Amino acid sequence: MEALIRTEGLTKIYGKDSVQVTALQDVNIQIEKGEFVSIMGPSGSGKSTLMNILGCLDRPTQGRYFLDGQDVSELDRTQRAHLRSTHIGFVFQSYNLLPRSSALMNVMLPLLYDRTHGYAPAERERMAHEVLERVGLGDRLHHQPQELSGGQSQRVAIARALVNDPLIILADEPTGNLDSRSGEEIMELLHELHGDGRTILMVTHDPAIAAHTQRTIHLLDGRIEKIIENGGSLQPVEESIGVTHDLD
Amino acid sequence: MTWIELLRVAGGSIARNKLRSFLTMLGIIIGVASVIIMIAISAGTEAAIEEEIVGLGSNLIYVSSGFRPGGARGQPGPAGGLTYDDAFAIAEQVPGVRAVVVEQGSVETIRFQDVVLDDVNVLGTTADLPSVRDMELAAGRYFTQEEIERKHKVAVLGTKLAKELFAETDPLYQTITVGDIKMTVIGVFAERGMVGGVDFDAQLYAPIEVVFRYFTPTQFARLIGDRVRVIYVELEDPASMEETIQQISLLLAKRHDVSLDEADFTITTQQDIIKTRESTTAAFRNLLAWVAGVSLVVGGIGIMNIMLVSVTERTREIGIRQAVGATPNDIRAQFLIEALMLSLVGGLIGLLGGVVGAWIFANASGMRTEIVPASMLMAFTSAAAVGVFFGFYPASKAAQLDPIEALRHE
Repeated sequence: MEALIRTEGLTKIYGKDSVQVTALQDVNIQIEKGEFVSIMGPSGSGKSTLMNILGCLDRPTQGRYFLDGQDVSELDRTQRAHLRSTHIGFVFQSYNLLPRSSALMNVMLPLLYDRTHGYAPAERERMAHEVLERVGLGDRLHHQPQELSGGQSQRVAIARALVNDPLIILADEPTGNLDSRSGEEIMELLHELHGDGRTILMVTHDPAIAAHTQRTIHLLDGRIEKIIENGGSLQPVEESIGVTHDLD
Repeated sequence: MTWIELLRVAGGSIARNKLRSFLTMLGIIIGVASVIIMIAISAGTEAAIEEEIVGLGSNLIYVSSGFRPGGARGQPGPAGGLTYDDAFAIAEQVPGVRAVVVEQGSVETIRFQDVVLDDVNVLGTTADLPSVRDMELAAGRYFTQEEIERKHKVAVLGTKLAKELFAETDPLYQTITVGDIKMTVIGVFAERGMVGGVDFDAQLYAPIEVVFRYFTPTQFARLIGDRVRVIYVELEDPASMEETIQQISLLLAKRHDVSLDEADFTITTQQDIIKTRESTTAAFRNLLAWVAGVSLVVGGIGIMNIMLVSVTERTREIGIRQAVGATPNDIRAQFLIEALMLSLVGGLIGLLGGVVGAWIFANASGMRTEIVPASMLMAFTSAAAVGVFFGFYPASKAAQLDPIEALRHE
């Protein structure tokens, strides 16, 4: 079975000829459906760049990126936007909710731009309501972000990432802005979602949090330093490539 | 994303920033309102002029005193210009003339018992005035040709003047003092209003020879006859106008002993006056249209300005929308519709403002205004066009934002 995410020699170079910065170099990763994978690395190691490319917000300079078997490395802006609306759910460190819009409106936002299904307004509201119930905010539908705590805001953001039933959830330091109590709750929620069969890729600084995921990809200077099977043994990079993880 | 949703998103954004939205719309509001008000003013002015020209009487020819070439710098020489007798000559010798009216004005103080009115227009005129000027008597009668020739000191009053002088008293056969002369009131005109900028209701009408003799005596009157400025000639049939003008010209040239090329009089028709007025009002209207158009464009620039600020301010919002699947076209449509909505709502408020403004202007200034429906349509569609035109650049700028940069924006 084809992996959900597969990259071949993914390279990203910023800048023009004279001042070039290589953010990613020859990154080969593979993520299977239903996996919970974390990415770690010091700042500047290329975590964000990798997330942006995997999230179809950006294109690689070189290399291939296959999402669910489809080569998406050459798609234009509009095509990538369509992919994001149906295949990808983002969770950001700073929540990135629309201010002055209710939780329900925020969660409905991805459905508004979904051309593939074209949900009717009532249907959208029902779906948003449902995922907000799922993340435990059934009683906060009409609250605006400024009326919610950080943990609640991040739950709204997770609901937004879930509502279009994406192939993968990309979480960029989802607990980075939260106190430890709320952070734990959010991690619990993510593990629950993983338990439901969701595929999650998460950037984190916290080794303890990373340790609870199935695998941790360590980046350094734009390259994969090592991939650690949590609870398993440390594997050299070369051997990790192409390894499939049968979870079922 | 459907149109209704785009409208809702744009409407929500406008509603969330009420003050800023209003300030943005202000330019469009003023632009649309001024288009409507200015067109209402010029339409009203044109209508007023048209009515006034019709009110001057139909089939009229104006023979006015010109300057005799060779006379001292624009002053009619003693031997130049029209005389009172010319009027009679025209009436008697030119065929197709129904009536001839001559006027000689003076300004006098009028007294009745203890009422004193200063600076009243005393209009010396002839027997045909009521017919030529379409005037009707409310009481009494008008003076006759005989009374004119015998210089009877009789007067007919405009209705306003009569009211001011006599209040509740019946003016008929009362004696009033005009300047130093005692005159008897024999009639009062019905209301006539403003004609050619003159209030016909505030004047005193007297036999022209009385005015020549007592109010505006000239040194040379005995020799060359009394001078008049204008002779009004009413025709039997407007079709013969050209011919009649020709005959009057020949007659007067002969009487004044001048050639037609250096005539000391000019003949104007109703048509000439209408044309002159029309070209003046057309110029006026064009000027107003330009001013109004410029204010619409300025309003559009205002919208562009605020939209650009809005795009910068909402960069993060744009990034969020892009992250969850908004395409560049979605973003462009959102901002374009927002600009369009601002200008359309502004346009609607402007329409209302224009109608109310025209009404207020008419009441405050006494000038007539007429709302032209086509101007409302034009102003409103221009506002929409301005919105799209000036909204396009900010909207495209928003659409071209890089989602990664936009999400990072503080």
